[in-house]
Formats: sequence, structure tokens, C-alpha cells
Amino acid sequence: MYNFDFERPSSLADAIVALAQEDSQALAGGQTLIPTLKNRLANPAKLVSLMAIDDLQGVAVGDGVVCVKAATTHVAAAAGAAGSFPALAELAGNIGDPAVRNRGTVGGSLANNDPSACYPAAALATGATIVTNLREISADEFFTGMFGTALGDGEIITEVRFPVPDAANYQKFEQPASRFALVGVFVARFGDRARVAVTGASEDGVFRWVEAESALFGNFTKASLDGLELSPEGLIGDIHGSAEYRAHLTKIMAGRAVAAC
Amino acid sequence: MNEVSFVVNGREVSGEVEGRTLLSEFLRENLRLTGTHVGCDTSQCGACVVHVDGNAVKSCTMFALEAEGSNVLTIEGMANEDGSLGVIQQAFQDHHGLQCGFCTPGMVMSASALISENPDPSEMEIRDYLEGNICRCTGYHNIVKAIQAAAEATRTQAA
Amino acid sequence: MPKDFGVGASTKRREDVRFLTGNGQYTDDMNVHGQAHVHFVRSEVANGVLKSVDTSAAAAMAGVVRVFTGADFEGVGGLPCGWQITDRHGEPMKEPAHPVLAQGKVRHVGDPIAAVVAETAAQARDAAEAVSCEIEEQPAVTDMKAALGGGALVHDEIGSNLCYDWGFVEENREAVEEAIRGAHHVTTLELTNNRLIPNAMEPRVAIGDYNPSTDESTLYTTSQNPHVIRLLMGAFVLGLPEHKLRVVAPDVGGGFGSKIFHYAEEALCTFAARQLKRAVKWTASRSESFITDAHGRDHVTKIELALDKDGNFLAIRTETCANMGAYLSTFSTSVPTWLHGTLMAGNYKTPLIYVNVKAVFTNTVPVDAYRGAGRPEATFQLERVIDKAARELNMNPIELRRRNFIGADEFPYSTPVAVQYDTGNYQATMDKLVDIADIDGFSGRAESSAARGKLRGLGVNCYIEACGIAPSNLVGQLGARAGLYESATVRVNATGSVTVMTGSHSHGQGHETTFPQVVADMLGIEEGQVNIQHGDTANTPMGMGTYGSRSIAVGGAAMVRATEKIISKAKKIAAHLLEAPEGDIEFKDGSFAVAGTDKSVAWGDVCLAAYVPHNYPLEELEPGLEETAFYDPANFTFPAGAYACEVEVDPETGKVDICSFAAADDFGNVINPMIVDGQVHGGIAQGIGQALLEHATYDDNGQLLAGSYMDYAMPRADDVPSLVVDHSCQTPCTHNPLGVKGCGEAGAIGSPPAVVNAVIDALERGGHSVGHIDMPVSPSRVWAAING
Repeated sequence: MYNFDFERPSSLADAIVALAQEDSQALAGGQTLIPTLKNRLANPAKLVSLMAIDDLQGVAVGDGVVCVKAATTHVAAAAGAAGSFPALAELAGNIGDPAVRNRGTVGGSLANNDPSACYPAAALATGATIVTNLREISADEFFTGMFGTALGDGEIITEVRFPVPDAANYQKFEQPASRFALVGVFVARFGDRARVAVTGASEDGVFRWVEAESALFGNFTKASLDGLELSPEGLIGDIHGSAEYRAHLTKIMAGRAVAAC
Repeated sequence: MNEVSFVVNGREVSGEVEGRTLLSEFLRENLRLTGTHVGCDTSQCGACVVHVDGNAVKSCTMFALEAEGSNVLTIEGMANEDGSLGVIQQAFQDHHGLQCGFCTPGMVMSASALISENPDPSEMEIRDYLEGNICRCTGYHNIVKAIQAAAEATRTQAA
Repeated sequence: MPKDFGVGASTKRREDVRFLTGNGQYTDDMNVHGQAHVHFVRSEVANGVLKSVDTSAAAAMAGVVRVFTGADFEGVGGLPCGWQITDRHGEPMKEPAHPVLAQGKVRHVGDPIAAVVAETAAQARDAAEAVSCEIEEQPAVTDMKAALGGGALVHDEIGSNLCYDWGFVEENREAVEEAIRGAHHVTTLELTNNRLIPNAMEPRVAIGDYNPSTDESTLYTTSQNPHVIRLLMGAFVLGLPEHKLRVVAPDVGGGFGSKIFHYAEEALCTFAARQLKRAVKWTASRSESFITDAHGRDHVTKIELALDKDGNFLAIRTETCANMGAYLSTFSTSVPTWLHGTLMAGNYKTPLIYVNVKAVFTNTVPVDAYRGAGRPEATFQLERVIDKAARELNMNPIELRRRNFIGADEFPYSTPVAVQYDTGNYQATMDKLVDIADIDGFSGRAESSAARGKLRGLGVNCYIEACGIAPSNLVGQLGARAGLYESATVRVNATGSVTVMTGSHSHGQGHETTFPQVVADMLGIEEGQVNIQHGDTANTPMGMGTYGSRSIAVGGAAMVRATEKIISKAKKIAAHLLEAPEGDIEFKDGSFAVAGTDKSVAWGDVCLAAYVPHNYPLEELEPGLEETAFYDPANFTFPAGAYACEVEVDPETGKVDICSFAAADDFGNVINPMIVDGQVHGGIAQGIGQALLEHATYDDNGQLLAGSYMDYAMPRADDVPSLVVDHSCQTPCTHNPLGVKGCGEAGAIGSPPAVVNAVIDALERGGHSVGHIDMPVSPSRVWAAING
């Protein structure tokens, strides 16, 4: 990889200052960024680690919300959410592998918005609020396409507030090599209303399957999805599965998620 | 260059590194602890797994500077004090849980983390936990057996 | 009763101690004083004219020592191919030049163009980006049909992409045609044997070193056969005589064939070290391994099996296109021919067989031997077509196989494809399999799967392989440019301990443990009294190395022969010490006794006498106790077995889960059952990987689409079930002194058809008549097959 300066501030304020410098880039767990750097696909002048900032660590539960601080590792998030939001805990507890989960963070995952990542599905399905050092962004506004987010230069995610649904489940069908989601569907039910977020499938990254949400409105059963078909248009087709296959898997995984709620 | 210092296998170490120096590189080249191996560049093979502050991590996916002030345990620190094989290492030998030996350090370190978290793992829990450790030689069969035996021996020791 | 010592004992591996404590010494763990580092500039396009390479900017960068290009290698030899194939018309194969660094053309993504040597690895990589290559990109050809059908040329000077068109046995061609035409039933199957990447977990590494004061070069490399590398690189590439060139392969982290071959990076590092008069080190990244290590398999095949009305096999005809990649790797040409065609009889009596293989150049990484090497390709097509035939004829696939087995009383058995099986008992291994796989209980398990919405299938197959490679006079006739003997020197030390120097080289097989088991058993001493040396041309006799399941069958045999010489000489010494005729001396349990008396002398006393020859027949016998043997096998060995796999298919997603896998193998005699089990486990996992997961697929532009572990699916622990393996059916090899057959490749050869047969069975039982699905049988392919 190219060389860079490295800083590891212990306060958010210092991190913001460091990131204001040109070509600075935030480093969270690094589980995606470091392999990217190894391939010389990025050339930051400075990396600013957020992992030593205490304010960015931890999980808080209350008022129907699980709040995960941005630099909380997947392992810590899984432990912290286990009692109050098991579907989120399960999702976090199945990202990557144990060593990756000991480093990777929720903030890093959302900021990267890999089209096959798990966390974006949870954020979008629950209508989470992504809190930054500057503002609060709703999940519906946050994800702007494959690897795209609403974050501005130097803007840091500080925490993610996940509303706890009445019922929720995440079904991930793993791509056999990377073990990322070939298709992952997060279903969250709030009263009569359901939100269905799909990762891994679309060339635009995570998306809400609104037809499924409508079908599930007031009738939250797997059978409600029976008549639905997701169009393969705009879905990813690659060596692991065609767009048609991903469309099919989306429906199957959505049905299984509903059934498991 | 930056100065970094931390503890490895109970010994304080320090050195000059670039920002881009990976923990795995620092262990192998600066400290000559070559038991930690590098088998891929996409953070998947797990040959480089070490413990940082008690947690299994991929040392090829962490900068040396990120380990500042931490406590690192590598395969070289897994033997008993008298130099004999530790419980997990012994189980790997007893059950032929290694062939070429290249993935083995990472396997042992992951197994150690698993047994700490889950003293009595089932076969499926072991296989699931090894998702980030690729072995090309053993077909995993004897690795699973070794970890089961190591977990049992660890429980017996604790009892 | 399991043995606890010597041959047949599951002795724990002594090498494990260093591997488990982080004290292994792999090549990348070594640094040579004063070494520089090299980074290769590689082609990013699959086919193109290399117009110019400008190294000036790179040469001026920090730390850069020298930049080498193809121009530096003019007058230096290219990488040789070790096996010449003669085609159907008596013509030699097309053998294009394979330069160390590209000269005038690049032919695959990863083809090395320049080598930047710098003080540090990071500096070398930084500077490599500053090397400017002007390449006129040309259309690439990756598909073999396109390559043969007028697509782009990989080597302009050849005028086509056909390396050879091989027919075997050519004289049978017409007879096979007639038999197929007149048969009661012919089953036809077209299939692909998917391209794989060996992926030993240790990436390749080379360190070239040079000592100007002695003019000696040393290459430290990740090799399965250091002597072969010394011969090839010294004689064919760099023109260095053996006495000035030492090749050392320290601990090697897996190979599976991929570390047999001589690679450009080895030659470059050795060459550069001589030029620069300092050591030069190269360590592959995994990404680099994907585009530089020789790949495996990649056959497209049509097979026809003709049967009579009772299901007796009458004839087999198979036509294969085999991908060679862009250049001929060391043993590439032998894989789809002699290592493939000669196995097409399988375990069966088929009177007529014809094999046609067209080897094809494409703009892809060279393809060569990978665990099994030709024999998995033979086994897969044969065992798949038999399964398909059984289905078409409504016969039980096990019974169809049993009907056609070569009988236990028919050995030695000469097949119509030029090999003679010395021994075997295929009914017995099938009986064993039926037992250990609980095949009778399958229907009950299928019902329970169905209750969970899953389709369960059972796949069974047999395999045979030709191992213990190989009789040199035979392979010489077949085009091999090397002998395939093995060697051992047994050095008995003055106090009775023993050092064995072998040309074999373990890359995970446990030779340090198993070879002493054999020698200790023969000498009646403790295993701990025997050590082996291997992996260094400076202290081992010339040997051909470890591959083709040959180490114990050929290398072990050499060791036995050398040990027999030791015993013979030691008896002479003992006879002198005991003042008895040599013919009366009996050697047993480490003691030499005079037959019928209580007079004896211990092993240690004889050894001491050999080196302190005060009381010694010096006029008749040299002092010392050291013997060398070269063993050239009389025949191949023929391990065989029967495998069974049960799968569950999720009909909604197409995902295949392997529920169980059982293997009944006949390896002849077994030295260390624990290690043999481990070899089979590993082979099966690789076969499962081929069957379900792994696919080194290219796009039309010659870009490798599965170029990292993000897309190349390696089998993980949760992809593989607990394995049931058995090797209690033993028909010892009749022509080597240990009666062993070799076990390293069996699992990888025998398992893919079992898995695919099981998936097809599951789908058929579920009402989906899909016929065949190509490997890897991925979820999306199963889903597509189910949904037409």
C-alpha cells in the first residue's frame, strides 16, 4: 500500500480537526479499508483512527431504541443488543468471521456502504438514524447507492440509533467465497407496518422492497409475499448468481425472514 | 516513521514503523516472530490471527500503530512455561490437526479464542467459528477433533 | 491390535512441534544478509504486443537497485516443458518459448514484464508503479472452442492454438467407433472439469543468493522437488552447472502440485542475485498467486459409454479439450494425456477405449498438475457417465458398477489403455463402503430430509489412480524428459543413530515421521534414533521429489533398498565380530545372532565397529556404514476405492449441503494410519471444493473473475462434514518392497463424482430430471437447473 501519516486521537474533537486536513481519511476497524489500501485502490495522505475515542464506544438501550456508538465492534454490538434487539445482535454476530467481528464496526460498515454488507439492511429496515458530528440523517436519506452515502468530507458517524421493532429477522444467503450477503433481507415489523430492506442484490446498494412492505401491511405473513416477484432489472449479476437468481433469492429470504419473526 | 511500543507474549517491545506497517509485518520482520503467517491479502485466510488484548484479530488487517499500548499474544506465546506444548497445541499434535503447518498458528489462536468464549463448543460451533481460518490440507476433520479435545482438556484443567 | 511402533503405527508427527510453536522455517521466514527485494511488473491485459518498457523513472526512485526486463534475458534460456507429447499423426507437440520476462508479447494477465529490485519490498512495489509499459492490446482468447475456431492467436509463430491432438490408443479408434455404433445402449455426457487454483496456504517465495568468492548460487524456494528445480533452472534456463547451484526448499506450506513446477520468479531471483552480487527475495501476495501459480484441471469433455442389454460395458470414447493456458508449464502436457487417458478403464472391464485430447493454448495462466492431475478428470467423466447410464437403463448404480468390476481373481489385469493393474479388490472396497456409509439406511434419511423440505441424494462412485510415478524407461518412451526414480542415502552413525537423506520432500505429508518409522522397523531401533534430511540439494542425493502420491511408494522403496544394503553390510561386520559364517547371521530386533546359538552382537556394537574398525575385516570390507539406493519402480501403483456422499438440496435456493461423506480406500499396506486418514480427509475437502465451490473463471477479455478469496470459494470448515474414512481393505502392491500404493491424491480424485452424483440423485428424486450440472454445483446453477 502507499504510505500515509497515522493519527489515533483520543477525542472526537481532535479527530475532526485531523480529518479536516486534505486527503485525510477516517479509519475505523479497517476490515474493508485495509484490504483496499493493500491493493492500492486508495491513497490517503493521512489515516485517522477512531478506535481510541471512548465516546464512540458502546451500546445504549432505552426508549425503544438501541443506540450503537460508531466505533463499537460487531462483537460488542452483538453482546450489547442481544437482550433488547436479538435480530440486530444476530446480524452483527454473523458478519464476517470472529476475528473480523473483533475489529469491524457499525460506523465503518455504514460509511462504506458495501452493496453486500449486512448492517445497511438493518439500518434501512428499522429506519435507523445515523448521527454524525454535524447532524442526524435518516437511513432512508443516508444510503445513496453502491458505496455511496450522504456523508460529507470530514463528517464522522458518531452513533446509530436503531428503533427496536415489534418483530424482526435477518436472513442472509451467503456468497460462498466472501461470505458477504449474496442476498440478505432484513424484515422489521412496527405494529401493522413492515419495512423490508435488501442487501447484496442491487447495483444501487441496499434498498427497500416497497412492494413487499405493502403486501405485508396489516397481514404480516409469509403467504402475503406469494404473489410478488422482484424484477431482476438493476440487480447484480456475477459469477455467483444472475440477477434473476438474486431476485428469486430476495423473495425466498424475505419469506423466511417473515416466517422467523 | 513513528515509534510504537506494546507487549508481545509478555515482553515489552518497541520499534520504528511507517504508517502502513501492518501488525503482521511488524511481528514478522521487526520482531522476527515468524510464526504468524500471511496467506492472503484480503483478510480471509486467518493464518495471521493473533490476540490483541485477548481478542482474536487478523494481524494483517491492523496497523502496527493501532496496537500501541496493547497486549499481543502470538503462537510463540502459546507453549507452557517449561516449553512443552500448551493444551491446544498438544491436542493438535495428538489429533493430527495439521499437515503443512502454515495455517496452524492462526488455527491455534482462533481455537484458543473460541475455547475462552465457549468452553464446550459443539462440532457445528467449532466449524462456524473457524469461518475465517482456511486450511487447504486437513479437510478440517482433525482440526475439529483437536479443538474438541483441547476444550475438554481445558475444562478438566479448570475443574 | 493397532501398533504403537514402526510400520503400521499412528506415530505422532515430530515436525508438529515446531509448526505448533511458530518455529517452522518457511521460505518467507528466512532473510539472507544484505538481501534486496523484488517486485514484478505484470501484464494487466491478457494478450498484447509489448512495444516498449521504460524503466527510467522507476530506476531513479528511492531504494531502487536495478530494474530487469526481457531484454536482460536475451541469450538466457526459457522455462522448459518437461514432457513432449507426440500427436495422433506422429508429430511432436507445439512448444512455444516461455521467457522468464516477457519479450515482445504478453500472453496472460500476470505475465511478468519487468522486475524491480529495491532495498525494501515496499520500495520495490512503489517503483514498480513507475515502470511504463506500452502494450498494444489484442483480442484475447480464453474459451477453448473459440481458441480452436479461429480466435486470437496466443503464439503467432505456431499459427494455431492447438498444442497437440493426441489419440490413445490410436489403433482402437475404428474398433471403438464400431462398438459404439452397434451397441444396445450408448450413454453420452458432455461436461466440464472446472479450472481450479491449487491455493496452497503458503504463497510462493524465492530468494536468490550468490557467493562471488566461490561463484556459487543458492536458491531458497517453496518447492516440492528442489533437485528438479536445480536441474531445470540450471541446465535449461541459466546455464549453471549443478556443482555451482544449490536449491533449498525449507518447510513448505502445502503444494498440491503447484510447487512442482519451475517458475520464472525462481530464475529471476537467482539471475538477479548473480548480477547484483547480493541476495534477492520475492514473496508472492495471494493476489499474485492467483495469476502466477499454475492452475489445474480445465477440461471440456464429451464421453460416450456403450453397453449391452445386460449393462456390460462394451466401449468408451472420450474427447477432451484441455486448456494449457498461455505457456507450457513443467508437466502440463502429460496431465491430460498419460495421466488421464491411461486411467479411462477405471475399475472396470471395458474391452475397447479410445481417448482423444486436444491441448489448447489460451490467454490464461498456465495449467499444470494439481492434486490428482489428470486422474480426477478421468474419474469424474467415467463415474458420471456410469451413473447416467444406470439411470437411463433403470439399474442400480452400485450394481452396474459391480457387474463391470475387474474381479479380484483377474489381477494382474491389463487394460486396453496400456497399463497393468497389479492388484486390487473392488468388490471388497464397495462392500466396505456400503457398510461404513450405511447405504441401506439411506431411504430413511431421505424421508427425514423430505419432512424438512429438503431433497436428499446419494452419490456413489469408484476410482482408480496410477501413483508411484513412475518407471523411467516407460515414461521415457512416453515423452518424459526426466527419469522418475527416487533416491535415499542411509547414513548409520557410529553410535547407531541413523540419518536418512531423501530426494523426496514433504510439504505437509509428514515424512520426518513416517520415513523413520520404516527404517526403525527394519533396523529394530527406536524411531527417535532415525532422522531424515530433505529439501536441500547440498545434502541429499538426486531425487525427483514429492508429487503423484510417490513419496513412500518410490522414495520409501529407495530407502528400504538402502537400508537392506546397510543390513547386508552390517551382517558381514557382525559375522566377523561373532566369528561365524555370514550365512549364519540372523538380524532381528536390533540384534545380530548366530543361528541356533545364543551368540549375538547388538546393533550399536556393529555400528561402532564400522567406524572404529579395530576389530574389522578391513581387507574385505570398507569401514563405515552408509549406503545409497536409487529406486526405479517396475510399474505404477494402483490405489483404488469407493466413495459415497449424501447431500441435501434446498429446492428453494439451490444450496447443497453435504450431510455425510464416506471413503473406502485400498492403499495396500499403510505406514502410518493417522497420516493416511489425514491425507484422505484433505483430498476429500479439495474434491468437495471442486464439486461445489471452486471456479477459476475468466471473462472474455482474459481477466480472472475469481482472483481472490472474495470470489474464489475455498472450502471452509462449515462446508465440509465430518468424514468417515477406512483403508482396511488392503491388497498390497506386488512390486515395491513396502507393498504400499500411495494415498495423497485419492481423496481429490474420488470425491467430486460422488458429490455431483448425489446432487443429481437428489434432484431426480425430487422430480427434477436435470441430467447433469457442471461443477462447481453452485446454488445458482442448481436453481437454474431446477427451473429449466
